[in-house]
Amino acid sequence: MAKVVVITSGKGGVGKTTTAAAFAAALALRGHRTVVIDFDVGLRNLDLIMGCERRVVFDFINVINGDANLNQALIRDKRNDNLFIFPTSQTRDKNALKREGVERVLSELRDQFDYIVCDSPAGIEHGAITALYFADSAVIVTNPEVSSVRDSDRIIGILASRSRRAERNEAPVEVNLLLTRYDPARVAKGEMLTVEDVKEILSIPLLGIIPESEAVLRASNTGTPVSFDAESAAGRAYLDAVARFLGEQREMRFTTPERRSFLRVLFGRA
Amino acid sequence: MAAGNLVQGALFTVMVVRAGMLRDPALAAALARQVELSPRFFQNAPVVLDLKGAAGFAEMAEFDAARQELRARTLTLIGVQNAEPAQLAAAVAAGLASFAPSVTQPGRRAARPEPAAAEEPVVEPAPAAAARAAAMLVAEPVRSGVQIYARGTDLVVTAPVSPGAEIVADGNIHVYAPLRGRAMAGASGDGAARIFCSRFEAELVSIAGRYLVSEQLSPELRGLAVQIALDDDLLTITRI
Repeated sequence: MAKVVVITSGKGGVGKTTTAAAFAAALALRGHRTVVIDFDVGLRNLDLIMGCERRVVFDFINVINGDANLNQALIRDKRNDNLFIFPTSQTRDKNALKREGVERVLSELRDQFDYIVCDSPAGIEHGAITALYFADSAVIVTNPEVSSVRDSDRIIGILASRSRRAERNEAPVEVNLLLTRYDPARVAKGEMLTVEDVKEILSIPLLGIIPESEAVLRASNTGTPVSFDAESAAGRAYLDAVARFLGEQREMRFTTPERRSFLRVLFGRA
Repeated sequence: MAAGNLVQGALFTVMVVRAGMLRDPALAAALARQVELSPRFFQNAPVVLDLKGAAGFAEMAEFDAARQELRARTLTLIGVQNAEPAQLAAAVAAGLASFAPSVTQPGRRAARPEPAAAEEPVVEPAPAAAARAAAMLVAEPVRSGVQIYARGTDLVVTAPVSPGAEIVADGNIHVYAPLRGRAMAGASGDGAARIFCSRFEAELVSIAGRYLVSEQLSPELRGLAVQIALDDDLLTITRI
């Protein structure tokens, strides 16, 4: 039975779609059959980040409305056979996400996959609520700044009260924190919250810390999930986070400012 | 308690008025202010007269006069406390009950509801003066955007209260974790309610409608264990 994982945050621009892509890709790299679904109807981005925008014919809304079947809409990733992308509609809006339709699609997907990663839109309105409603597990993407932390806190509260598991009095949605765009140098200068600050306020387990990295922008511009770039710090951080998600113990990395060696400065390498 | 018991114990919230204040115009002002905050609370509310250090009151007629005086303010005199033997005899003759001295700090404020054991059935007790239900316990973090209301009782929270969360109680509020959101005790007008927290980082605190926002809170108390009470109508925050 597949596990439904929602990537959510409340706040926009914190790295949800980047995380959904990297997280799903890392799960696929670990041998799990994984599909990543774009719930951001009307602001379709996941297909760009996954580099499959030119292969989209049918989408999530078509399948919800019964205009296409699942296999017509699912796009298999060219780099990893375990990874599928389920794009959304750019022309519709969030109201097209009918809860019964989503439920039906998810139950079909559950038979075919190990992990269903849901990329939530920002906000706490219908789209975001629908994305988290069926979740078994949630990854809370948070930047080390107060407004992001507050919005994350709000979303954790909503998961605890408005998810299907909450409504049915089942075991609560498993909630984990992923700290993204973390810049140890700026944290050291007091310009960003520390890992401890964020953990203290949200008091949920920390899955990983993704350092602010040029590799993320480079990856999204080239349509590659950053976890496919094992050379980059961000890519390795996502692989670590997914390993922890799967129950492995791994030491936290990228929490202290990187020392730029004399030679690196000399040759101008970051 | 076995079913069929004809006599049962119960706890009630009863206001205590110091005898010396009865003829003080300040009492009228203090009462008027309280009544304005929560008219229902004071509708037919029971009152115990505190005779500590009070001269006189050795005659039944004096109690009758006090009863009428309070009656005019919609309050019902039901008993006395700290009475001298002669005063007690007169009070009993006037049909009043004797209450044990209360354990809280005596009369720092003119009118404050105090819990006291009522040995006499009170006719038509005011809603807020009815027995307080068991305190409400919250053991999960109270997240931003969540509001919790302990109606007619105390609220005990053993997990952090996040910024943007709101905890409200008609009684006292205890937070045994960081309090970072808003806390409002005595929400239906009980000025004797208090807020206790083991780590004070609140955005706003309020008791019986009097409030302070974090900008007005002294930064020295931030992060400490404090209690917040109304003292002469001023919110005061002290370390505990």
